[in-house]
Formats: sequence, structure tokens, C-alpha cells
Amino acid sequence: MSAATHSASRPNEGLYDCRDAFSKTLEALAEANDRVVAVVNDSVGSSKLGGFKKRWPERLVNVGIAEQNMVGVGAGLANGGRIPFVSCASCFLTGRALEQVKADVAYSNTNVKLCGQSPGIGYGELGPTHHSIEDLAWLRPLANLLVIVPSDPWETEQAMCFAAAYEGPVFIRVSRYPVPALQHKLDRIEPGKAEVMRGGDDVAILANGVMLHKALQAADVLAEQGVSARVVNMAWMNPLDIEAIIDAAGTGAVVTVEEASVRGGLGGAVAETLALHRPVPMEMLGFPGFAPTGTVDFLFDYFGLSAAGISSAALKAISRKG
Amino acid sequence: MSLSTAPAPVSGADRIAMVRARALAIRRSAFTMVHDAGLGHPGGDFSAADILATLYFGVMRYDTKEPRHPDRDRFIMSKGHCTGAFYSVLAQAGFFPEADLKTYMKPLSKLNGHPNRNYLPGIETNTGPLGHGLPVAVGIAIAGKLSAKDYRTFVLTGDGELQEGSNWEAAMAASHHKLNRLTVIVDRNRLQQGDRTEATNGLDPLDDKWRAFGFHVEMIDGHDHGALLDVLGADPASRDKPLCVIANTIKGKGVSFMEDNVSWHHGVPNAEQFAQAMKELI
Repeated sequence: MSAATHSASRPNEGLYDCRDAFSKTLEALAEANDRVVAVVNDSVGSSKLGGFKKRWPERLVNVGIAEQNMVGVGAGLANGGRIPFVSCASCFLTGRALEQVKADVAYSNTNVKLCGQSPGIGYGELGPTHHSIEDLAWLRPLANLLVIVPSDPWETEQAMCFAAAYEGPVFIRVSRYPVPALQHKLDRIEPGKAEVMRGGDDVAILANGVMLHKALQAADVLAEQGVSARVVNMAWMNPLDIEAIIDAAGTGAVVTVEEASVRGGLGGAVAETLALHRPVPMEMLGFPGFAPTGTVDFLFDYFGLSAAGISSAALKAISRKG
Repeated sequence: MSLSTAPAPVSGADRIAMVRARALAIRRSAFTMVHDAGLGHPGGDFSAADILATLYFGVMRYDTKEPRHPDRDRFIMSKGHCTGAFYSVLAQAGFFPEADLKTYMKPLSKLNGHPNRNYLPGIETNTGPLGHGLPVAVGIAIAGKLSAKDYRTFVLTGDGELQEGSNWEAAMAASHHKLNRLTVIVDRNRLQQGDRTEATNGLDPLDDKWRAFGFHVEMIDGHDHGALLDVLGADPASRDKPLCVIANTIKGKGVSFMEDNVSWHHGVPNAEQFAQAMKELI
């Protein structure tokens, strides 16, 4: 099935919960291919799969609150010829069931699609037990597993369609934080291909997920100060676009921004790449540890994951140029 | 392409004799592999040998020329450390040449210490960490039910392995979904890596546990080929529950100095022990 055959419209105004694009696209995929099934851990509501359940009750496998079994069952369904989309809050999917993700999905190289819902600090005041800022660091070293961090509804739909057509394991991070629909430069996503959202020569801001639109806002702030910032969409954590990262270093300064731990995620991946190929001053924005109590917006602002915080980090990186 | 079990002699007595001969060959092969590699888990290889021989030479439908045939019966070796026995039965069944067994755990061999489905045909899922087989088997059985296929799904777990909670998550789901074509076989040898199961984190009464989780339970002598053939070969269509076969076994079965001896969980024989074992395994 090609991504182009899907009609989920590309919204162009307002703010969107990517879970809506997720569930709408999953229903379109299920309608087109009866091999598509959903696997959940009592997460029908939080995954917005009420519509799917109504249309295909027998194709929604709810294993109850049992994430290890959920991922194993997904691998078994793939063995039986199905295309399972395993959907669950990212904190439980990747934390509770990490060994199943490693052995049954990544190492076994099975055709399982893991959908980590409401990742990062999407659950805000519910705290670090429900936050999933570690998922990217945990999943990035798993060979075979493609890891996609979509930034908006269109990219979420693209990731879902790609995953359904691709034979192999995929992890998609599906955010609930309201984001605008972005003006993408690519017609469709391609594995391991970064997207330059905005050109610039003084500094490069590499971001993904719900941080991408904030990085674009930061570039506007910097432009007002006469600073030309490139913004690169790093939706693909695995495979990683090494060339795009090396190109970004051509600006002489790099900032990474992610709704994740500053250790081991996008910042870690970019730092590894630059250290090997083209070291330049770098600033890494994300969460330094377990987040304190606060709303999502409060926590973003508190840790500098805002237009002001990102532009400030960009100026700092520029000031460190030799 | 049609699926069939390995050719079986006509009479029941011959069938039992054939499975017994296969089990003996598995033990000899596995112990040779462990001896040559200087690594392995021979105690569990021996407790599982009769179960494996029964499944592959008396019960399961498969086609070694089309190992991923959609209608094949599936077997999952949840006790993935017992690759000496598992690789031996796969090779004997014809999934790959028996000569490949000589590469067991050698550098870059496809015969890793734990099974990898991408290295060898006949392996359904990569196991090794315990408690992974049953959840995958449940998913396979659900897929079969969704597709109205009549394949059966078998999973062999160790007994110590049942201390992993993931098994019980899967057991709940198996009975909830009435997976009558799913069979769990517990290799109940009563020993785990460090001690007896009952001295570590006791499992008894194990049959009651499985019954409470909604399984039909059969307890048999896991070295009785006739009993194994009867219980594993019975038509599952008459049941509306998954089946759990608690196979009471002896770790190290077949070699006097290894039987029921915890040190042979991953013990490796010296030359003298190897020679002695081969004398006994006839």
C-alpha cells in the first residue's frame, strides 16, 4: 500500500493531537488490508481506538494490563501473517516491555509496529512514572528497529502508512501535545531522510516530534536578531541521516531539541556523529532528569524547550564558535 | 504444498520405538555438541529430548522445504538455552544438515547459544531470556483463530522459567481467548540453574495453578513416549480450553551421573565423562 493512496487530509490551521491522525490512518489501513490488527493493553481510549474497535472488534486484541504479553502477542500475530500495530502509552510499552521489544521484535526482526502513545512528558502533572523521556535512548541501539518521531498529523499519517507497507519492525512515537500542521518540504517520508524545514547558515537546530514547531518559532526569533538558523526535522532516529547532521555542522554550531532525556536520544545521536565526523560547538536541549511536577507547557518552558529557550541555546552555541 | 508429520510406521509399537530412537539420537548429538563447544545446557537438553522427539516425529505437521508454510504447526522453544537438543531435533527433522551441528557456538556460526529465526529455518522466534515463548505462542494462536486456520501451536517452557510473570499474563490471555489449539508443555525437571525449584521459589501445586488460569491440565511422565504421543497427539477440537501438559522429567535423563544433579544445568563433560555418557546412551 502506498502512502499516497490515503486520504487523511493535510490540515493547515489550528492545533492537532497526533493521536487523531494515528487512529484515522490506522482505520484507513485496516479497511484496505484485513491483515492489519491492533493490539492494546486496555488502552483503547488513550490510543483513540474506539472507532477501530467498533468497526473491527475481532481485530482489536486487548490483552488487558499486561505489556510484556502485549508485545509478545504482537510478535506472534506477525508470525501468523498479521500486521499488528501494538499501541500503548510509550512509558509502559518501552519500559515495562523493553526486553520483549528487544528479543521478540527487534532481534527476531518481526513485522510488528510499535506505537508509543503520549510520549515524552505528554502526561504532564502525572509525573515521571508516566513520562517517557527515556524511550529514544532505550530503543535507538536496537538493531533492525526503525524509530520515527513524527512532528505533526501529516508526518504521523506518513509514518503509519510507511510502517504498514514496510516488512519489519517499526516504532512510532505518537504525541498528544497540540501541534500545528507544518509546511513540509518532502512529499513523503523516506527512511533515514532528514528534512531541512528552513535554510540558514549561522547555526543549525536539529529537532523532532513536538519540538520541531518550537524550533521553527525559535528560528523566527533569531531572524529578528539577524541570525540565520537552519531547522532540520530529524524524525528518523533509526536510521539516522548522518549526512544531514554533518551538513548541519557546516554552519559551525548545532543545537538539538527533543522532548526526551538529554542523554542518549537525538542529542546523543547527533553528538556521536559530530564527534566522529565533524566536531563543532553543540548545545543539547531536553530533560536532564526526572521532571518535577507541572503542566506540559510549564515543563517545556522550565527546561528551555520554547522559542526563547531554543534561541538562547542557539546564541550560546554560536558564541562558542572558534 | 502439503504438510505432514515425519513418516511414521504403521503400528503404535513401532511408532513409540521410532520416537525413542530419535530421542536417544538427540541426546547423543546434543551431548557431543556441548562437549565439542565446551559450552551448553546438557541437563535441560536431556530432560526435553523425549518431548522434542515426540513433537517432531509423531505429532507436528511441517514441511522442511517450506519452513514458513502458513498452515504449519508452530513450535516455540521457550527454554531457549537448550539448543543442543533443539538444534539436534531440527537437523534430524531435515530443516538443515546434521553436519552443521558441528559448528555449534563456533565463531560466526548460525548455531548460536540461543536460537535465532533469522539464522536457521524451523525457528519461530528468538528465545533465550525466559518467559518469552508463551506470549508469542498466544499471539500465533490468536492469529490462527482470526484466520480460521487449523494449525496447532506448541510451546515448551522450563519449570523454573514459570517464575517469570510474563507467562501468567499470557496464560490469562490464552484462556480468555479460548485458544484450544495452543499447548503449553512444562519440562518439570524440578531443577533450575542454582537449586531445586521448590527450594528457590516453589511452583507446586503447579497443576492447580494452570487449572486456575483456565487450562485443561494433563500430568504425565515426560519420558514415556507412549504417553507423550497420546496426550500431545490428541485432537484439540474436542476442547474449548488451551492445554497444559506438565511433563514430569529428570534433568540429565539418560546419564547416571547427570540425573537430577543441579551442577549439570550448564555443566560440560571432560573426556572421561563424555566417554562414560556415550556408553550409557545406547
